[in-house]
Amino acid sequence: MKKHIIDFEVSSNEEVGNNAILMKLHCPTPLPEIKPGQFVEVRIDNEPNVFLRRPISINYIDKKANEMWLLVQKVGKGTNKLGTLQKGDTLNCVVPLGNGFDTKAAQGKKVLLVGGGVGVAPMLMLGSTLKEEGTEPTFLLGARTKNMLLEKELFEQTGRLLVTTEDGSLGEKGFVTNHSVLSNEKFDKIYVCGPTPMMKAVAGYAKKAGIDCEVSLENKMACGLGACLCCVTETQEGHKCVCTDGPVFNINELTWQI
Amino acid sequence: MADLTTNIGGLTLKNPVMTASGTFGFGLEFADFVDLNEIGGIIVKGTTLHKREGNPYPRLAETPQGMINAVGLQNKGVDYFIEHTNPQLKNLSTEVIVNVAGHSIDDYTACAEKINALDNIHAIELNISCPNVKEGGMSFGTSVPMVEKVVGAVRKVYKKTLIVKLTPNVTDIAEIAKAAEGAGADSVSLINTLMGMAIDAEKRKPIISTITGGLSGACVKPVALRMVWQVAKAVKIPVVGLGGIMNATDAIEFLLAGASAVEIGTANFIDPAITVKVANGINEYLDRHGFKSVKDIIGVI
Repeated sequence: MKKHIIDFEVSSNEEVGNNAILMKLHCPTPLPEIKPGQFVEVRIDNEPNVFLRRPISINYIDKKANEMWLLVQKVGKGTNKLGTLQKGDTLNCVVPLGNGFDTKAAQGKKVLLVGGGVGVAPMLMLGSTLKEEGTEPTFLLGARTKNMLLEKELFEQTGRLLVTTEDGSLGEKGFVTNHSVLSNEKFDKIYVCGPTPMMKAVAGYAKKAGIDCEVSLENKMACGLGACLCCVTETQEGHKCVCTDGPVFNINELTWQI
Repeated sequence: MADLTTNIGGLTLKNPVMTASGTFGFGLEFADFVDLNEIGGIIVKGTTLHKREGNPYPRLAETPQGMINAVGLQNKGVDYFIEHTNPQLKNLSTEVIVNVAGHSIDDYTACAEKINALDNIHAIELNISCPNVKEGGMSFGTSVPMVEKVVGAVRKVYKKTLIVKLTPNVTDIAEIAKAAEGAGADSVSLINTLMGMAIDAEKRKPIISTITGGLSGACVKPVALRMVWQVAKAVKIPVVGLGGIMNATDAIEFLLAGASAVEIGTANFIDPAITVKVANGINEYLDRHGFKSVKDIIGVI
C-alpha cells in the first residue's frame, strides 16, 4: 500500500470524555486506501518540547465526507497539543502505516472485537469493515467506569455491544475477561486492542480456548517506516518492527507467557 | 542550477546530500516519499558479518529537540544483504554505501571484503563509533592505536572508497581523524551519536533497556558543527558532516564548516521527504548567492 504525506484539515476536534478527543480530519485529495488497524504518524507543530511524530491508530474512515477520524487520549505533551487544534488547522500525517487486522480471517466466523480504554479506537473501523464484508461484529469493551467508555453510541450503531466496567456502573462488573459472554458463547475469531495486561489476559483466554486471536501493539516508535528499528517486539522469529510487521500480530507469532 | 556534484575521496556524488546509516533503512522504505535517485548517496543500515538481534526493547527515548536510541546494530548480516537486499538496490542511479560494523578486526575485514565484491557498491562507511554494542563498535574509534589497526586492516581488503565514521565521544576528534587518514581512509564522516541517558523520574528507572544510548537530532548540531570544522582543518581528506541536520540551512552550515557532503539522519523520521528538500534548498541557496558550484562554499570558514 502506497504511503503518503498529507496535510489534513481539521473538520472538528471535540472532547469526548475520559480526557480523550475525537478529531475528524478532512483529506484535501481522495483518501488513500486504508485498512482497519493501520495507523498514522502525526507531526506535532508549534510544540518545542515534542520532537518526534506520534503514532495514532485510525478510528474510522468516513468515505462520504472524505474524513479520517482519530480518537486520542491526552496523555503527554504531544497528544495534549493535538487537543488544542481548531477547525481549519492542518495536521501533517504520514498515512497509512502498519499491516492492519486480517479481516479475511473473519469471513464466515463468529467474531469478537475486544477493546479497552482508548484501545477501542481501531475497533470501530474494524467492526464497520467487517460488517461491510458480511460479518456481524460483537464488541466487548472495557472501561474503568461508565463515563470512561468512548464512542458507545457509535459502537451500538455498528454491531452488538457488550460492556464491562470495573465499578459495575455499566454492563457487567469486572474486566473484559470476566464477561459472561466468554463462557456462554463460542467465538472463533478474536481481535484485541488495549492496555498490554488486558491484551495478554484476552490472549491467554483465546489460547486456552483454541480461538484464533490478533492483538494490536503500541510500542514506542520513531519513524513508523521500519527504518529506525526502535519499536521492536520479541517474536518467534526474533525482533520484529511493530510499525511495519505490526502493529497487529497473531498471538502465535509473539513470545508472550500466557 | 548550480553544480552540486561533490567528491568524497574518489567517489563523486551528484549532490552533497546523503542519508545517515540506520535512519533510512535500505532506502526502499522511503521510496513512496522521495525519488531515491535524487539523493546524492544512500548509506544503508549498519551491516555486520553475522546476523544481530540488537538490544531489548525499549530502545528509544525522546529528549529535548532530539532522541536517544539503543538499537544495537540489529541487522540480518552481510550475506542476507548481498543475497536479498542488494539486488533490489542495483537499479538505483545513486550511490549506495554500506555501513560496516563489527566486533573484531576479523569481523570488519571479512564483511568489507564481501562488500568489495559487489559491483554496484562503490564505497563503505566503516562504523567504528556505535555506542550501543557491548564490545566492538565505539571502542574501536576512541583510541588512536585501535583506529590505526582497524582502518589499516580494512584498507588492505577494501579497494574502493573507504569512509570512516567517527564518534564524538572522545577528547580530541581531530587526532582520531588524523589516525584514520594516516591508516588509509579516503574520507571521514562525523559525528555518530553522542552518548546520552534518559530517566523516568516518576518510575525512578532508566527509559531505555541499556540505560545509556546514542543522542541524535537537532540538539546535537552545534557540537557536530564544531567537530566537523575542527576535523576539516586537521585532515586533507574530504569530510562528511552529520549531526542534527533538519533543513537546508543546517546542511549549508556544515558545508561552510568544511564538509564536502552531509548526511541526514534523525530528520528522516520527522519528514520522510527531507533529503530531496535539502538538496533543492542547497541549490536554491547557491543560485541566490551567485555561486556556480557547491565547491565554492565548502570550508570557507
